[in-house]
Amino acid sequence: MRALLSHRLAGLAAIAAITVLLPPFFPSLYYYRVGALVFIFALAAVGLNLLMGFAGQVSLGHAGFLGIGGYAVAIAPTYLGLPSWTCIFGGALLSGLVAFLVGRPILRLKGHYLAVATLGFGVLVAIVLTNEAVWTGGPDGMSVPQLTLFTWRVRGSDTWYWIAAASFLLGATLALNLVDSPTGRALKAIHDSEVASSVLGVDVARQKLAIFVVSAVYASVAGSYLALFNGHITPDISGFLRSIELVAMVVLGGMGSVAGSLVGAAVLVVLPQILTALHDYEHMVLGLILMGFMIFLRQGIMPSLIAVVAGRRT
Amino acid sequence: MAEFLQFFFSGLTVGAVYALVALGFTLIYNASDVINFAQGEFVMLGGMATVFLALTGVPLPLAALLAIVITAAIGLALHRFAIEPAHGASPVALIMITIGASVFLRGVAQIIFDKRFHSLPPIFGGEPFRLWGAAILPQGLVVMAGAAVIVLLLWQFVDRTMLGKAVIAIAANRLAARLVGIDTRRIVGLCFAISAAIGAVAGILVTPITLTSYDVGTLLALKGFAAAMLGGIGSGLGAVIGGLLLGMFETFSAGYISSKYKDAVAFLVILAVLFAMPQGVLGRGKIERV
Amino acid sequence: MILEAERLSIAFGGVRAVDEVSLSVQPGLVFSIIGPNGAGKTTLLNLFSGLYAPMDGRVRLAGEDVTGLAPDWLARRGLSRTFQNLQIFFRMTALENVMVGRHRHEATGILSELLHLPLVDRQNRRTREAARAALARVGLETEADRPASALPYGALKRLEIARALASEPTVLLLDEPAAGCNPVETNELDGVIRSMVEDGVTVVLVEHDMRLVMNISDRIHVLANGRTLAEGTAAEVRSNSAVVEAYLGVGSQEAVHALG
Repeated sequence: MRALLSHRLAGLAAIAAITVLLPPFFPSLYYYRVGALVFIFALAAVGLNLLMGFAGQVSLGHAGFLGIGGYAVAIAPTYLGLPSWTCIFGGALLSGLVAFLVGRPILRLKGHYLAVATLGFGVLVAIVLTNEAVWTGGPDGMSVPQLTLFTWRVRGSDTWYWIAAASFLLGATLALNLVDSPTGRALKAIHDSEVASSVLGVDVARQKLAIFVVSAVYASVAGSYLALFNGHITPDISGFLRSIELVAMVVLGGMGSVAGSLVGAAVLVVLPQILTALHDYEHMVLGLILMGFMIFLRQGIMPSLIAVVAGRRT
Repeated sequence: MAEFLQFFFSGLTVGAVYALVALGFTLIYNASDVINFAQGEFVMLGGMATVFLALTGVPLPLAALLAIVITAAIGLALHRFAIEPAHGASPVALIMITIGASVFLRGVAQIIFDKRFHSLPPIFGGEPFRLWGAAILPQGLVVMAGAAVIVLLLWQFVDRTMLGKAVIAIAANRLAARLVGIDTRRIVGLCFAISAAIGAVAGILVTPITLTSYDVGTLLALKGFAAAMLGGIGSGLGAVIGGLLLGMFETFSAGYISSKYKDAVAFLVILAVLFAMPQGVLGRGKIERV
Repeated sequence: MILEAERLSIAFGGVRAVDEVSLSVQPGLVFSIIGPNGAGKTTLLNLFSGLYAPMDGRVRLAGEDVTGLAPDWLARRGLSRTFQNLQIFFRMTALENVMVGRHRHEATGILSELLHLPLVDRQNRRTREAARAALARVGLETEADRPASALPYGALKRLEIARALASEPTVLLLDEPAAGCNPVETNELDGVIRSMVEDGVTVVLVEHDMRLVMNISDRIHVLANGRTLAEGTAAEVRSNSAVVEAYLGVGSQEAVHALG
């Protein structure tokens, strides 16, 4: 029994249970919508967490991959007539390729140089998306054709809630699997000491690149879902602020905690919804959250909670 | 030829602003190893605060002065409440704190001011005059002159005053500076305040030309950082050179290649510098000891 | 010869940290490198372990020219090392630290890891067992699940050795393993090194603790100012006047006793 409880996927089982048990209590479709958005961003956050929380490589431009995935399911079906669901894979493939090409030079940098280089990447993607209006519809964006699987038209906040939740659980499972493996240990080692890792046989550059690509794919799928769900996309999806939101989700929830990614996404998606009357205060609050956590609670919510609970038991 | 000169002067003007932002970055970086992303917000605050103070009836020169003081105070507060408490955090954590501060300041500006574009009257009138066929705005010269004055003042401060020497000491070795009795906390705070003031002045000077709004800060910070990197982060002279160079790159590429991608130039510069010569034109590299 | 240096040189900003150093290490021995501070010992180790690329000269590992190869390449060829300034993975437990040491013996691809196929479970199990065994060799098996950050300095030094041992090296470079250790700990270290050698590991030791060096070394190479000063057995080096001078200045009788 104890082995079952401490199994790495035990937490996920709990989350799955909550996911299934919540909807009967939803007063309206609106709650499904919020839930879907939480799971979509949590998916992106899990990917970013693998890169930042485990491997320790900061990325301030990850929203660039959200944009690639999002515009892939907008442009290809509209102009090339491809079915949307293949474009989700296509976008992921493209994001992976871009991450591979961009990552090789960029990941040689460290610390604030890496931070700024990734920031530059993200903003460049946003600029290109804004400027190439012929394809992308420019600053006002373009509409995204609905996802159709064979004859089933995927629509409705409730449908997307289940799709997003299932995808997040799948993504989280893959991530937890990776963490409990030789590569997972190598990544954590790289975070603490690249020199020692290298001397023990870890191909540091290759591992960093691999996890960068993986995290890009996560973000790309999330971006595709976002575009398909909303039916519309604008270049803001790749903007600097978006990237910062993703980072805030990871930091808030806890770097290195997969469940934390869900918590972080939940807070940062639900908060603006609560503050709709105070929509203008969104930036202020985001800034305060980021500052507050980075100054006072750097490990984030989940690791702190776990530490408190563990402390109580001993 | 006239076109070339036109771009040249435009490039110098916008380059002067980037140089001042970059100088602000460099001052803070040297004093505390922090890359301050809120630097751009200081420029924004300078312009916006002046506009709104003037709107309430305060005479323009006084409004400008007040705006500079207020921005300097905000810079000091940033250090005291956001940077100091996080002492010992990794460089990346510190960057994220300043990014958080930048987003926060922008959010506050959104509420206190508004979301529209605003302008200030140019000091010597808005009529461009002709020089060798190029149309030059008098305010452009004001910006360049203002930047030159600030650079000079800063240089004299660092070179001639005890306070300036203290800053250099802190930049060289913080612990040693404390051991000889320098109050690092106060002086680093002062650097933040000075940096903010410099940004505010830049904002006030350039608003008559480029207008200002609550969100001009982000792009400016990134471009200022690109300029600082180009010149060599940590070098004051490099910041100025980097700023002017970046201004030139931007204006000439916008003029001769494509104006759509004007903003992309700064980021391409960042990436190019990081890969080709990370220490910049004038910087020094570091060796990691194992 | 399992490890050779041929006229290795490297300079940092005009200072020749290592200047035309040549040496050969026979397999299965304890080969020590000593010298006053700043002699270039750690730099030499960094050259051997691929952290620096030499400006001149060659490095050979088991006859193969490995000059300029990256540290992970060398690790895969059986070279491992510990660090003077400790490069412990502080965010992990002691056991996890040593498990990383098994990296070059693990063979799972990222795809099977994402899917956590049974072979990954089997690999994890094997790695965990081998790591526990390595911890036991340095006497840390009871600390396996403690966070590395909670361990005292002496334990951390032993942890690094366990981690390096877990990779089953043919050549192990130890960078001042006895630094900061009390005599009891140094004795234990002596025992650990001897047991390693019995298992066929060649040990290259950089050390300041002369008692340990004199007791355990089969051969000693003396560096000063980046250059080779002398090489020989413990007895030969001890009585070499140039070595005595380098350590303690010209004409010091007590020096001979200090080195004994």
